[in-house]
Amino acid sequence: MYYKDYDTEGFFDEYFHADGSPREGASVLLRRLEQLPGGELLRRQKATEARLFQMGVTFTVYGEEEGTERIFPFDIIPRVIEAREWEALERGLKQRIYALNLFIDDIYNDKKILKDRVFPEELLKTSKCYRPQCEGFKPPRGIWCHISGTDLVRGGDGVYYVLEDNLRCPSGVSYVLENREVLKRTFPKIFEDLKIRPVDDYPYRLREMLQYMAPDGVHSPTVVLLTPGIYNSAYFEHSYLAQQMGIELVEGGDLAVTDGYVYMKTTKGLQRVDVIYRRIDDDFIDPLAFREDSLLGVPGIMDVYKSGHVALVNAIGTGIADDKIIYAYVPEIIKYYTGEDPILPNVPTYVCWEELDRKYVLENLESLVVKPANESGGYGIMIGPKASAGVREEFRGKILEDPRNYIAQPTVSLSRVPILAGERFEGRHVDFRPYTLYGEDIYVMPGGLTRVALKKGSLVVNSSQGGGSKDTWVLRDLP
Amino acid sequence: MLSRVANSIYWMSRYMERAENVARFIEVNLHLMLDMQTDEGQWAALVSTTGDLEIFMERCGKEATRETVLDFLTFDRENPNSILSTLTMVRENARSIREIISSEMWEQINKFYYFVRDSALSGVAAETPQDFYQRVKTESHLYAGIADSTMNRGEDWHFARMGRLIERADKTSRIIDVKYFILLPKPEYVGTPIDNIQWAALLKSASALDMYRRKYEQITPESVVQFLLLDRHFPRAILYCVLMAEASLHSITGTPAGMFRNEAERRMGRLHAELTYARIDDIIKKGLHEYLDNFQTELNSVGDSIRDTFFALSTAAPNTAGGMEE
Repeated sequence: MYYKDYDTEGFFDEYFHADGSPREGASVLLRRLEQLPGGELLRRQKATEARLFQMGVTFTVYGEEEGTERIFPFDIIPRVIEAREWEALERGLKQRIYALNLFIDDIYNDKKILKDRVFPEELLKTSKCYRPQCEGFKPPRGIWCHISGTDLVRGGDGVYYVLEDNLRCPSGVSYVLENREVLKRTFPKIFEDLKIRPVDDYPYRLREMLQYMAPDGVHSPTVVLLTPGIYNSAYFEHSYLAQQMGIELVEGGDLAVTDGYVYMKTTKGLQRVDVIYRRIDDDFIDPLAFREDSLLGVPGIMDVYKSGHVALVNAIGTGIADDKIIYAYVPEIIKYYTGEDPILPNVPTYVCWEELDRKYVLENLESLVVKPANESGGYGIMIGPKASAGVREEFRGKILEDPRNYIAQPTVSLSRVPILAGERFEGRHVDFRPYTLYGEDIYVMPGGLTRVALKKGSLVVNSSQGGGSKDTWVLRDLP
Repeated sequence: MLSRVANSIYWMSRYMERAENVARFIEVNLHLMLDMQTDEGQWAALVSTTGDLEIFMERCGKEATRETVLDFLTFDRENPNSILSTLTMVRENARSIREIISSEMWEQINKFYYFVRDSALSGVAAETPQDFYQRVKTESHLYAGIADSTMNRGEDWHFARMGRLIERADKTSRIIDVKYFILLPKPEYVGTPIDNIQWAALLKSASALDMYRRKYEQITPESVVQFLLLDRHFPRAILYCVLMAEASLHSITGTPAGMFRNEAERRMGRLHAELTYARIDDIIKKGLHEYLDNFQTELNSVGDSIRDTFFALSTAAPNTAGGMEE
């Protein structure tokens, strides 16, 4: 038995109840795994790793020898999400993205939410991600956040909380697709028995959404994916998605602005481009409008964008909703625009900009996680319970100096999923990133990236710090 | 197709061919050395044939020994034309067009690159050079076979073939030139048995000996040069390379054969005509080395025209990581 002495150690476990009995969604899978001959799971785990390396499912590691690539560690025991759980998640994500899109549109146009004093104007103006260049702009079909990869965590109470919204360039979806491909080969029989919802049509839906964003009057739009190039950590994903969608993968130097349109430089001359799925930050996309020193972008593209002759996905300016202070207000934002209560709660968040919150944070640094408002990828974070007294003092200084730039949250005891540790299961902490496309309607891919902290006891799931991934199975209905 | 992508495919292919041909240069020299029992000045001559004498002098000083030359041409990362450097360029170009090439091609490029990189550390190349350079040729052949059997015959394939054959034509002309450089100090060898052995070694280094024998009974300098320079059917012969490169060029543009609509087609067509109507006696009488030298200059200008016609719109890729991913 893989899970004979399995211990949930008091954490919420996605596979087992506190008394050690399997949850309903996991029980069929567990029965099938037990029927495999001894050593078979480990053999399949090894074969899977070899396969991922062959397929070149790698990411680039910065700061090492030029172009060092690693495979993203993968554990073959999938996370399982039951149909009714998923149904609530899906509704919650749709509600949230719908409201955030209205919020972004409002703050760059009518500013009703500021006038109604639901959201403080000062916070908006002081956000590094606010783009005054977008004021008065209406993107095609009124959609700003076309693609989002919401980070969710599940606490000890089993409730899913939103941790981050990621409305700029969320990455990782290629791993979801590759993980599924690999796991289908690993457990073909089990796939037949369990009714697992497919994720494979994501590239098709992504392409459809991109085409839907075409400027008015363009019937068969030319869609491209804009990458910073081979030295970007997510280059594999850019290349993979372009290939899966059958569109050109372009770099900034491949595009040029002439006579109010964007063109790509081909062997047969200039060819007009209508929709750009850009995997380059706002800051880098146009040296004339944003950072002058950017060599990655396309000079003049912002003007073409504002005149409606090219669509950019996601829209410029969506990063505002990734500001962690603005995140703290999302429950109010949802209520304001939809009149509904949020289906998915936030992790409780203290905004250091507010005096009462700041006081509480400074008094409780050793139990809180402190985060800068405008960073991503886990940089610049202090985890109170693990930080030394010196680091805590350093953060106290930072917060006092620039309270606008910090928020704090209680540590969430992330839920766990078993991983294969040799011949037996051991619980490891996970988070979850589902992907949402906002096109003609809002589509949530039934699945997502489950990141797992492979080190025993660790809560850090980032791939740069010992994290790996798992496939995520959303069940069609109860087994 | 994107100019940058076409540029990358073309150069990926050229660099791959270059790596293979450096191995061929070295092989022919190793063979010749074995028979001549002296290596006075021959290693320096080899470096000058590849056109890298200046950078060699900079890197290794005056002394051109077997060790310094082999290392310079094979593993020296500061020499842009060493086998390891060119394979690095192959891989960098391939990485930027992974969505265009087949995964089999990518895997072979990786395998080849790691083989040479690891050999640099293990010292295996110095110990059994013949085996090592043979393996380099085989890996390159394997790549060519994989490319030929996995790529669509579209624009990308034609850019790849054009790049490979232009590079090959240039390098075959230099392989013939190796013989010129090596024999020059010893004119008394001409027509002796040693001479014949050397011409056979030359054919061998162009993988041409077997096909040559099916066509000619004896090994004579005239017929060897005729074969490597003016044969229309042997795949490493210069005329064959020009004919096929021209065919690919016309497939890309759609211009009918025998006509031209851009500078690249005009220059390539002129080169085609020159070789088609050349006679080997005239070439040798006027000087083989001068003829080859002139050919290399003409071929370079074909390369320049290809760049101006197809790639000039694109600019160099930036080298920064750029932008954050969440």
